[in-house]
Amino acid sequence: MLHNHYNRALIIVITTSLLGVTGCAQPIEPWVKPYERQNLADPIMRTNRHPIANMHVAHVYEARESARGSEGTGGGGCGCN
Amino acid sequence: MAVINPTTFLLYLATALLFSLSTSAAVLEEDRADVLYHSYEGGGMKIDGPAILLRKKASESVALSAYYYVDTISSASVDVMSTASPYSEERQEGQLGLEYLHDKTTMAFSVRQSDEDDYLAKSVNFNLSHDTFGDLTNLSLGLAFSDNEIRRNGDDLFEEQSQQYRIRAGISQILTKNLSVALNMESVADEGYLNNPYRTVRYIDSSVPAGVGYQSEVYPNTRNSFSTKLSASYYLPYRAALFLHYRYFSDSWQIDANDIELSYRHPFGKTVELELKVRYYQQTQASFYSDLFPHQDAQNFLARDKELSDFDDLTLGLGVTYLIPKQFLINDWRSEASIQWDYITFNYNNFRDPTAEGALGEEPLYGFSAHVIRAFFSVYF
Repeated sequence: MLHNHYNRALIIVITTSLLGVTGCAQPIEPWVKPYERQNLADPIMRTNRHPIANMHVAHVYEARESARGSEGTGGGGCGCN
Repeated sequence: MAVINPTTFLLYLATALLFSLSTSAAVLEEDRADVLYHSYEGGGMKIDGPAILLRKKASESVALSAYYYVDTISSASVDVMSTASPYSEERQEGQLGLEYLHDKTTMAFSVRQSDEDDYLAKSVNFNLSHDTFGDLTNLSLGLAFSDNEIRRNGDDLFEEQSQQYRIRAGISQILTKNLSVALNMESVADEGYLNNPYRTVRYIDSSVPAGVGYQSEVYPNTRNSFSTKLSASYYLPYRAALFLHYRYFSDSWQIDANDIELSYRHPFGKTVELELKVRYYQQTQASFYSDLFPHQDAQNFLARDKELSDFDDLTLGLGVTYLIPKQFLINDWRSEASIQWDYITFNYNNFRDPTAEGALGEEPLYGFSAHVIRAFFSVYF
């Protein structure tokens, strides 16, 4: 009797796990469709709207502060002392 | 019959999966030319000059870019005034870039040279970025190498070298119709001569009447750093943009730094865009920094560079872009005129002003403010 209960519990656990695994395996669809991206595509949303100005900003901070890297300008260092 | 090698098959499968997540191809950024005048004034330094950036597509998949930048420097900063004489010099920087787009992958390669009387830096830079997951995700990877030659004006025998290696990776993700976020990381490794050849440290010297002696700075020959930056861009319902950046930095010299920036871009009608910015930066000092050492050769490494001290700075920025009305355009090329002004205040927590009144080591703490101006004209053709 106890053995049957054990088997049933095991079957439920395996079935649930399989359902869970197959559920997770469903591909996640891109949830923001191309036609829904007009706000993000607006020029005012561009972080690199003024690349020449961003390069100067990064240069000023790199010369005055110790932190460097991850500026987003693809820089290669101050090149100055 | 041809037999497919399992490894090749897996490689094909992975590539097909990666590239088939979306179907529309990416495009290169539009052609543009920018001409800029920049100026930095504060703390006894005046640096200004022009810069030009050109970008032109050679075909639908290849773009070329060129960048030229000049710094004209006249310095009478607090470091210079305490132990040396004011000086002036010029730095010129040139950069050439090539971008190649294949489907959703962009490869960018650039070479750069920065040249001044006493410093020559040559670098190469490679970046790879790929749009995936229905173009909701962008993955990027970059490498850079720089070779530097350091000289000291007035000393023909002085010649030192240093190298810098950079590796960076990033992911940006569209989260909603109005919000996108990005995570960027970069590791930088330096080796070689990392000092400033002119700067000195000060130490207590009771053998001279002034009670203070000076000796050259001594830095370690290596420096490794790691930075992580988290960014978010949000579109506000009334057509305005909000940007938030946070960066954490740490290095092998025991410097930890944080900076946070919030900016807001707001268009007025069809011709004016206003941009407001506030940024706060804070760092701890390098392990071998001291404002005043107890005696000569007090430790192996010695520094009194205020950029290696414990300090914070605050930037307030204002920018205006004027989109030239259609009737005034040349060749119907979209054009913009912009001006940006940043006001930065620096507060040093353990760097004292040796030119001020006060007993040795008890002078007031140093601080200064700087005005930074960028005026530029952009043409899209």
